[in-house]
Amino acid sequence: MWVSAMAVSALSLAKESILGPANLLEHDIDQIMGCLLAAQVDAADIYFQSSRYESWVLEDGLIKQGTHNSEQGAGVRAISGEKTGFAYSDQLVLPALLEAAHNVKAITRQGQQRRVQVASAAASPALYLPVNPLHSITDQEKVDLLHRVDRETRKLDERIEQVIVSLIGVHDSILVADQDGQLAGDVRPLIRMNVTVIIEQAGRREQGSMGGGARADYGYFLDADKGLEYGRQAVHQAVINLEATEAPAGAMAVVLGPGWPGILLHEAIGHGLEGDFNRKGTSAFSGRLGERVASELCTIVDDGTLTGRRGSLSIDDEGTPTENTVLIENGILKGYMQDKLNARLMGVKATGNGRRESYAHLPMPRMTNTYMLPGDSDPGEIIASVDKGLYASNFGGGQVDITSGKFVFSASEAYLIENGKITRPVKGATLIGNGPDVLTRVSMVGNDLELDSGVGTCGKEGQSVPVGVGQPTIKIDSLTVGGTSL
Amino acid sequence: MQNKVEIARLETIVANVLEEAKNQGASAAEVGLSVERGLSVTCRLGAVETIEHHRDQGLGITVFFGQQKGSASLTDLTDDSIKDGVKAACSIARFSGEDCFSGLPDSDRLATQFPDLDVCHPWELSADQAITLALDCETVARELDPLITNSEGATVNSHQGISVLGNSLGFLNGYESTRHSLSCSVIGQQGDDMQRDYWYSVARKANDLESSRRVGAMAAERVVRRLGAQSLSSRQCPVLYAPEVAASLLGHFIGAISGGSLYRKSSFLLDALETRVFPEFIRIHEQPFLPKALGSSAYDGEGVAANAHDIVTDGLLASYVLGSYSARKLGMESTGNAGGVHNLTIEPGDQDQQGLLATMDTGLLVTELIGQGVNQVTGDYSRGAAGFWVEGGVIQYPVEEITIAGNLKDMYQNIVAVGNDVDLRRNTRTGSILVAQMTVAGSTD
Repeated sequence: MWVSAMAVSALSLAKESILGPANLLEHDIDQIMGCLLAAQVDAADIYFQSSRYESWVLEDGLIKQGTHNSEQGAGVRAISGEKTGFAYSDQLVLPALLEAAHNVKAITRQGQQRRVQVASAAASPALYLPVNPLHSITDQEKVDLLHRVDRETRKLDERIEQVIVSLIGVHDSILVADQDGQLAGDVRPLIRMNVTVIIEQAGRREQGSMGGGARADYGYFLDADKGLEYGRQAVHQAVINLEATEAPAGAMAVVLGPGWPGILLHEAIGHGLEGDFNRKGTSAFSGRLGERVASELCTIVDDGTLTGRRGSLSIDDEGTPTENTVLIENGILKGYMQDKLNARLMGVKATGNGRRESYAHLPMPRMTNTYMLPGDSDPGEIIASVDKGLYASNFGGGQVDITSGKFVFSASEAYLIENGKITRPVKGATLIGNGPDVLTRVSMVGNDLELDSGVGTCGKEGQSVPVGVGQPTIKIDSLTVGGTSL
Repeated sequence: MQNKVEIARLETIVANVLEEAKNQGASAAEVGLSVERGLSVTCRLGAVETIEHHRDQGLGITVFFGQQKGSASLTDLTDDSIKDGVKAACSIARFSGEDCFSGLPDSDRLATQFPDLDVCHPWELSADQAITLALDCETVARELDPLITNSEGATVNSHQGISVLGNSLGFLNGYESTRHSLSCSVIGQQGDDMQRDYWYSVARKANDLESSRRVGAMAAERVVRRLGAQSLSSRQCPVLYAPEVAASLLGHFIGAISGGSLYRKSSFLLDALETRVFPEFIRIHEQPFLPKALGSSAYDGEGVAANAHDIVTDGLLASYVLGSYSARKLGMESTGNAGGVHNLTIEPGDQDQQGLLATMDTGLLVTELIGQGVNQVTGDYSRGAAGFWVEGGVIQYPVEEITIAGNLKDMYQNIVAVGNDVDLRRNTRTGSILVAQMTVAGSTD
């Protein structure tokens, strides 16, 4: 019961915070939409956004950098076949929005005047409370939290030279009106904390970094003192890297740890399964639905419906409720991630993956939380099964060429496996593979599924969106490791 | 051809914001305002795909209360919104630590000369004209070779904007600039192998753009030559970085000698001033006043006068890259580089890429790098790559699914030559760079 009430309240809160200050009425939205639809469009939408952001950075024991950002506007879009006209305005006033609509509908030929009346969409389950993190604790409490994490982290190792702690909060309200008269809205909190340390020993320096976040308010970090845990893990990573020696170079068995190493999936198959690339036939996975693209042990989903996660959304940026979309099931390619435009052109339904960085950007298919389901193997047994290879438990970022299928991700914490045992740490190397076949070489899947701690940001065509990744421990029989030692 | 009336109007807004900051108790303030509009048109498979009208504006405020500092940014330029923004910045400042290195630049360093850098060339471009240009370009690419089977399209971008910087020391300057580009990306197929590549041209003035014929042809040629790419067995060998990827080598260098990395001691070039970082024949300098160039500016991000100076002379590190804050932390002077370098240039050698291939004889020509994999604290370097295997100075076959690895300190010392095939499409101007040895890892062991 409370879930629906919460969802309805997200829409009303969004209307209040966006339309209220702008003195815009739903009737005005009808008028803008009417203007857009006075042309032969297949689809049209107006996306309103009001966003507040803050970041606090503590360094050298001082709050060094604090910033507050305030942004609002609306993007107006008209689509005809494969053609899109787009304009946006940061002035939420009717004349500016009508002008944008006028510019945009020139994408297509004149058509019949159409009248539309927007009405509130049915509620989708709320995956997070419509809270404003920025106001959830006082500024003094934010500063105290950063100082505490800094102090406690420095105590962990006398070799620590630098500690940087950052806290970021976002309060994002959106409203989307579409040509069918649906008005959907959402209020999206997002928080993130990060600890970076630099350690020095005998002239050698190394860095370690760890963080986390969620769609919640800052109380999230106060529970179980998460900040201290990030500090602990950052120190651990820096200390391990101080002892790291040259990484091996060449193809070998690779075991990936649970959680953030799931970036493998995001790069190897995630982008390649976005609807726009497959509609255009430019992806290495195009036209391959129903084919084997991974071993039987692999079932991978993109799930936007996980409660409170950084990568989750109650509705996507086109107003479509998010889904748990099965991408690969027991190794067989089952589905792509779709926004409305590409779903329509491919004759399938939208999957709630239409996302955009802001009102000033066009939506396109994007991931939400992309992860592999757990298997049966014990993680210890997975490592013991490797004669000579690499165990990588943490990564920086990655990248992919979805046409050739080649993808990379860069290890930030890795160890040699020799005769089934983890022996010594090696320097972070970049791993490279080919998306359509790397997962066919997954020979063991652990029972220890973890999702990342809430730090992922995905970039595509110049637009960044927050995402999640995850997986259990997995073994890949062969992957190229970009070390320096032959 | 700057719009002086509009610049003056925006300068007045900045002056008003500085006044508001003073009224709210700030002892010093800095304000930046930028307003931009533009058009972006993409055509694909012979038809228009998107037409985007861009209008952006943003105001950034930093206030100082003695040695405390706070910042805010906003897009709504109404009086109330600005008051709220200043208020937010002031509120944050009161919570910030007292940082004795904090503050505006020394006033005697602020720019007083504002030469015309010829960066403003508006393009009267209608959506229809942009469509025609993009279609021409894409058609050339698609028709160049039967192996070109698909396209991501061709895009024409044209943007024009005004940028104003002001501070409470009396600095107030605005200027208008333009940026136009044409790009094309197509896809080829040979058997099971599908590859994509692209080419683009960017300039301040539309007439300086490469022709749509050339951009389209380059995009298609680059795709065709990488079809049939294979991996390599792991080995050590020389690596020739093509100009489009050589710029990244210099980017890591600038990152390592930038003030922030130095005072945080998170650089692999700590205390490297006046030491040999590169071979003797290397000279690297910045050229802030090059007319029409993409990185040209009379002043840095804080208003400190830009100056053309060497960063590396005869292979020795001559200067760090510093703004006021990091300079103070290091007990040094700002080098006029708050926010970065301007038209970073590495002096070219005598040979073009063909010449360098001959000098290399056997090794790897890298034309694409993917992923991050650079550790700025240690200089350790490991990145995904694609390119060509070379023997006897001649390209043998395309390669992909390989990594190149090493340590930047060694790589810089082992630069053999810099080509004269300079790529002018970005803020870093470099030709191909030949590195004597790196470790290549591949899957065909």
